[in-house]
Parts: sequence; structure tokens; C-alpha cells
Amino acid sequence: MITLNINQKTYTVDANPDTPLLWVLRDMIGLVGTKYGCGVAQCGACVVHLNGEAVRSCVTKASRAEGKKVVTIEGLSPTHTHPLQTAWLDLDVSQCGYCQAGQIMSAAVLLKENKKPTDQDIDDAMAGNICRCGTYLRIREAIHLASELQEKQALGK
Amino acid sequence: MFKNKIEYNIRNYVSMEKTKTNINRRAFLKASALVGGGLLIHFSALAKFEIAATSVNAVNPVQWNELTGYIKITADNIVKILCPNPEFGQNVMTSLPMIVAEELDVNWKKVVVEMGAHDNVKLGPQFTGGSNSMRMYWKPLREAGAAARRMLMEAAAQTWGVPVEEISTKAGMIIHEKSGKTGKYGDFASKASSIPVPKNVKLKDVKNFTVVRNSQKNVEGTKIISGMPLFGLDYRMEGMLIAMIQHPPAFGMTLKSFDGTEALKMPGIKNVFKLKLYEDGFEQGGFDTRTFNDLLVIVGKTTWEVMNARKKLIVEWMPAGDTKDTMGGRGGKKEVIVPGELENTANQHEKMRQYASQPAQELRKDGDPETAFKNAAQIIERTYNAPFLAHNCMEPMNFFAHVTADKALLVGPLQAPGWTEPTLAKVLKLTPEQIEIQMTRMGGGFGRRAYGHYLVEAALISKKANAPIKLIYSREDDTTYGIYRPMYTATYRAALDANKNLIAFHVKGGGIPEHAIHANRFPAGAVDNYLAEGWQIPSNITIGAFRAPRSNFNAAAEQSFLDELAEAMDKDPIDLRLALLKRAKENPVGKNNEYDADRYAAVLKLVKEKSGWNGPEHKKFSRGVAAYFCHNSYAAHVVDMTTKDGQPYVERVFSAIDCGIVINPDAATNMVQGAVVDGIGNALYGGLTHKNGVVEENNFHKYRIIRMHEAPKKVEVHFVQNDIDPTGLGEPPFPPVFGAVANALYKSTGQRFYQQPFSSPQQVIPAV
Repeated sequence: MITLNINQKTYTVDANPDTPLLWVLRDMIGLVGTKYGCGVAQCGACVVHLNGEAVRSCVTKASRAEGKKVVTIEGLSPTHTHPLQTAWLDLDVSQCGYCQAGQIMSAAVLLKENKKPTDQDIDDAMAGNICRCGTYLRIREAIHLASELQEKQALGK
Repeated sequence: MFKNKIEYNIRNYVSMEKTKTNINRRAFLKASALVGGGLLIHFSALAKFEIAATSVNAVNPVQWNELTGYIKITADNIVKILCPNPEFGQNVMTSLPMIVAEELDVNWKKVVVEMGAHDNVKLGPQFTGGSNSMRMYWKPLREAGAAARRMLMEAAAQTWGVPVEEISTKAGMIIHEKSGKTGKYGDFASKASSIPVPKNVKLKDVKNFTVVRNSQKNVEGTKIISGMPLFGLDYRMEGMLIAMIQHPPAFGMTLKSFDGTEALKMPGIKNVFKLKLYEDGFEQGGFDTRTFNDLLVIVGKTTWEVMNARKKLIVEWMPAGDTKDTMGGRGGKKEVIVPGELENTANQHEKMRQYASQPAQELRKDGDPETAFKNAAQIIERTYNAPFLAHNCMEPMNFFAHVTADKALLVGPLQAPGWTEPTLAKVLKLTPEQIEIQMTRMGGGFGRRAYGHYLVEAALISKKANAPIKLIYSREDDTTYGIYRPMYTATYRAALDANKNLIAFHVKGGGIPEHAIHANRFPAGAVDNYLAEGWQIPSNITIGAFRAPRSNFNAAAEQSFLDELAEAMDKDPIDLRLALLKRAKENPVGKNNEYDADRYAAVLKLVKEKSGWNGPEHKKFSRGVAAYFCHNSYAAHVVDMTTKDGQPYVERVFSAIDCGIVINPDAATNMVQGAVVDGIGNALYGGLTHKNGVVEENNFHKYRIIRMHEAPKKVEVHFVQNDIDPTGLGEPPFPPVFGAVANALYKSTGQRFYQQPFSSPQQVIPAV
């Protein structure tokens, strides 16, 4: 049995501790927002936060998450109004939508560590997230917009 | 029949189930009502629509009154519009209902959208592909919306005892101006649903649209960014098992024997067995394509357990040798030999060179090209090549199936349920009425999900395992399975006279296993002496529709060739195309020229203007232009290349599109931008190679997909404004991107690129 803290809730699951966190989330807990795209840490669809760091859950053993705080797309904001989520809707970023949770989770860590990322910063941070529909331009724009929204929120506007 | 749908939804949605028991039985019988609706009510719609949701649960039962197959309205004035076509990112879930809402005259912001059930009687052909959704549904959806509005007006007229000519509507309200009486659509929906659907109802003037031709947000946007279950891979049912197929390691191989003992000992594993997909002599339709027929299946409780246990399967493979496929079709049954060779890319190139030098099938001939070439002052000949491409949808192939003795429920991502249902019926020995296919959102389609072999596989597995199962393909399974974009080549020849006029044009194209030539496309019709030929080499590597089939190669080759021609003729590349189009318009050569020369020229002129073509301010860019017509729409791009980290980089693109009326402008812009990025990625990086039948690029570390830092900074999209009935947009912008990239690369490097992907070091030297 392993115990995990996911989106501020505790789950005890009967899983082999070597099971990648991705499959514990999807198959055993029923949180399917985190996606399977490649299984080899190449596409970023599976990105979650582990103690605030972006990790690829397809290659992260569930045991590594024990005792740590896991945040998935479902828990990024209780009202789904993280500045990135607001920006994503504002700019109508998504096409098929399959990669977008992973994109947002990667971008969320970028914005936490870098309040005003440049295009180059975004390139570097987001190079690990593939979008087959080609929404990169809008993702980039949404990150910039989210950065502004975040600043406004911080200033209490 | 809906039980499983509700289970899926109870986990995650506001359940409407508590209202079911309040149904007034008499009311249920009176109105042709569909009870317990709201099965897939969208989170976003509910969130915006809290008041209605509360009122639905509180007083009235959820009784949907159906007005035509697409529209359902409750007494509380909740309007639900069904989307007939499954969604894979082209946003039909928003744009198709928009068309209905426009003619129905309702407040779009209050509309609830739901993916329709598979019902070809009520909801039309329901296939997403060929950039056909807007084109096929434009008129039917407008007529449905207008008819329903008319039915509501009639119901109000009857209720109020006034002539229907005195009734008007406004955003979901019914008005009788004379008496000042007003009402909601919901007040009359029940009565309206028993009025016969009128025909020949007047449609709105397209210039007065308030919903269509205005940008509307993606109706599933909120669900996507909040991680709600949407895709086939997300679908769950109590008691569901996971199945995976251990495919042969190479094309041309098949299952010889297997030992599942060790795999069965692994935790969670329930079953290991083999099964046959199609029986011998099964007549395949065009979308029944499959690569492997003898399947080794492993079934277990969870995905990881199955992925792990697969590795313990002990399997012997053997060469399949030449096999026979039976193809059905209008011409009657036909047997096709599938060669057993284990193919190598190097051999494929060699074979193609051989075939290219042999006679081919004539596809079109105008004038006397042979003589024209004999008398030419100058001949330019170039050969272009492109590899197999894998679709690599972000969501790998998967499908849920629960098959019992007399029923089959299938849920998952696919583009055309109507094309696979007959096959399921044949294979499962059930009637179509016993088969229910529910369409989830798809994590990408690109043509791959038109081929329903994975539904048939899932269904047969469920039947044999006697359990509901979800069949999953790993990324490696998906990328190596086949149904690729074919491997192509084409040799273009042009004859110029002493004054550098183009007097003859010849294209000879080939491919494994089929060529890409569209014989009646531009520049056919613009050149007096024209010859198009094609040849093909059969193969066991399966192929299928890939975003703009054939066009996705043609445009690259032909548009690069026109660029070289322009240079040889001392002409600007856009001016050369415009001159040819002028000829095709004023004095066309031959018949069946498959494009409108005016509309084709218009996108070139528009992109020339918007890009500031030849403007000195753009000197720092290496500019390439290309234009193409396919799937009834026209697209032209100017690609501006610079260098980034020592590599050619497409920094920005200008696009001009004519797809008729643009239904959802911002979403359409997103589509074009995406097609541009997709085109750059495939042109520069995409491609599969084979070694002894084994696919060498089986995941994203080897099969290179364009990433954020390689995507342009800006893609500026311009639509030709006209009132022509809408045509498609999923495919048309894609093919010319390849040509424009090749042409920009020439300006950037001084070198011409003939071999896709353009990042590969071996670029074929043109034959002189």
C-alpha cells in the first residue's frame, strides 16, 4: 500500500510502489487530467508538480511521491482560475486539448520561478512539451498574458 | 442503453439523475421527449448557466423536447444543440452548433452543446475528415435551426390563436407585437415538438449573422484546462479490464507461437490469448485497413500491470510471406496480393528509381508534350522525395468495448462511426441496431482515426475475454503499426522555348504503395502541352489518409519546382503563378481543371500584399512562397526564414486563405496557425525509415516532432472575405507550407532541398 498526497487530499492505494505515478493517478485514483503521450518523458503530457517541481509522471515511480505534495491539473486551482487557465480560455488556445494540461503544468512552474519570462525563457521551459496541433504560438501568448494577470493579482488590482 | 453513460458521468459531472424519477409519465408520452438528458452536459455551459441548472433540478423534470434531430429544448428554456461530428481539435463542437443557433435565433452564450449519439438517420453522415464538416453540414444545420424556429412560432401562433405571420423571435423569445404577448421558446417547445418539421424554410441573409462569422470560444475550453475526462483514454467503466496487443516487430512478420505462462504469473494479469481479426476472405472496405491479422493479446487489471507483463511474453514470429487481402467495393470483389518482403528504406529508394525510369500510367495529356520537349531550348528536370509519415496523434489509439451475446457498446475516439459499424456487425455477427458507438473527444485525428481496426480489435477482445475492456496502444505500438502517409517521389520536367516561355510541363509521380499525383490540379490548364503520369509499388507497409492526402506531398514538390522555373525564366515566383493562372482563366487548356483560377490568384495576391513581398524592409528574411488548392479551399503562404542557433528557423509566416464564409474567425485562425506549425515540423523533421521491416523511429526521441522553440514567432492569417458557402480548413492550409519552407530554405542557404525531411543531410543532387 502506498499513501500519496494529491491536490491536498490523502489517498491510500494498493499499488506496486514502482508503478509510475501517471498510472496510479489515472487507473487507481481516477484523476485522468494527466495524460499518457509517450511513456518515455519525451512529450510532457504527463507533467505534474512534485513539491512544486515539474516532473514527468510517466517515469516517476509512485514511491518517489510518497511524503511529498503532488499537484495535478485538477488541483492547480480549486476554481480552475490559475492565471494560466484564465489566459488559456481568454486566448482560446486549445485545439484537440490532449497536451494542454501538461503544457499548463510546465508553464505554471516557469511562472512561479520567473514572473516575467522572455520568449527565450518560454522556449527553454516549454521545449519538453509537444503539441501535435501546433498551438505553440498561442501557448506562448497565453504565458505572457498569464504573467501580466499574475502581476495584476499580486498588486491587488 | 444509457446506463453506462451515466456511470461515466456520475464521477465527474453534475448528475441529472435525481430528476429522472420526477418524470410525469403522461408528459413523457405526450411530447416526443427524451428523458434523462444532460448526459454529457458541459461543465463550462453549466458553470455559466447556474440558474438554469438549479431550476432544472428543482421544479421541473428534465424533459427535453426534440425539434429536429439536432435541437432539444426544456420548458425552462434550456436549449441543447447536438454536434453531429466527432471532435479532434478542429472545433466542430463549437462551429457546427453555432450554425444551428444562428438560424434558431437563440442566445449562443446560453446554449448547451452535446456530442451527438451515433445516429446517421437523425444526425447525417457523421464523419470527420476530408475537411468536409462545414461543407456537408452548412445547409442541413441551417435548415434544422430555421425549421425548429418555425415550429416554435407555429406553436405560439396556435396557442395564442394568432396568424403565424405576426409572430417574430429574438434570442430565444417569441413575440406577438400586435398584442404585446411574449413567451420563451421553452413555453412552446413541447407543443412545437409535435408539429411536423417544415421544409423550405427561409434562411437568414448571411450578411446578418450574429453568431456565425463572429468568434466564439471553444465550448469545451474549460473542461480541457481543468483536466476533466474527455478523451477515449479517459473513459472508465466499473469492472473494465485493460488489453494490449503484442504486435509483430516488423511489417511482413506474423505470429508463429507464444507462451504466456510467465506473463500470466505477473500481478493483475487475467488472460493471454490470440485471435484473428478478419476471417479468411473477409471483404474489406476502404477504411477496414489493418496491418496485422493474427493478434496476440494480453489482458489485465491496470495499464501498468499489462505494460509490464507484456515484456514477459515469449513469442516466436515468422515471416508472413505473400498474403492475400480481399477488397470489396463498387467494382465487386478483388483479391490483392500483399508482398511478404521485409523492406529496407535503401531498397525502397532503389526500387523507386527503377520504377521511375519505366513506363507509367498516363493520367492526363494535353497537346503534344513529347514534341514540345524535343523542340525545347531548355529543359529543367527535378526529382523530389518524401518519406513515410506517422500521424502520431498525441492520444495513442485506444477504444473501449463491452460485447455480450446480443449487444456491443463501444466508446472512444474515431472519425467515422458509420464506416466501421458494418464491419463490427459482420465480425461480431450482430445487427447495427445491437451495436452502439459513442464518440469521445479525440486527442488528434489527422486521418488516422478513420480506420477503425482498433474498434474491431477491442470488440473481439471483449467478446473473448467476456468482460468490458479498454484496448490501449502504447506510443511504440501506435507509431509502428502503420497506416502511414505513403512514401512518395515525383519527377517534374519543364520545357522552355528560346524566349523562356513555358511550353510544356510533365510530372511523373510514384510511391509506395501509391503515387500522389492529382492530374487535374494547377498548373494543368495553364500549359498547352501537359502530361501527368503515375506508378506505384505494392507493399506490406499499410497506408491511409494523412492530413491532405497526396496534396501534402504534391504541393511541396510542385511548388518548389515552380520556384526553380521562375528563376530559370527570370520571373518573380508569385508573378509566374499569377501569369499561369491568368492563362488558365482566359484560355484554359483541356477540361476538368480542378480549381477556380480567380480564387487561386486571389490568395496569392492577398499574401503578396499582406507580406509586403519584395519590400526592402523584409530584406533580413529569406522568403519562400507557395500556394495550393485542395479540399475545396485555397491557401497561400509566405514563409520568412532567419537563422536560430545556427539552424534555419521559420520566424514568421503570412497566410492568405479562401475557405468561403468563415464560421468562427478566431478558431479558424488557430487552425491555420496550427497547420503552418504542423507543416514546418513535417517538412523539416518528420519521417519513418525501415530496416528489415522494422520501424526505426518508434517514439518521440527518434521521431522528431516540432517543438516550441522551433515554432514561428508569428503566423499572420488573412481570410478572403466573400459570401461563398463555407468549405474546409483542416487540410487546405497544410500542403503549401512544405513548398514555402523549401523555397525559403533556398533563399537562406543557396541550396535547393529535394528530400524530405529537409533536416536530413542527404539532399539528392538534381539530375541534369
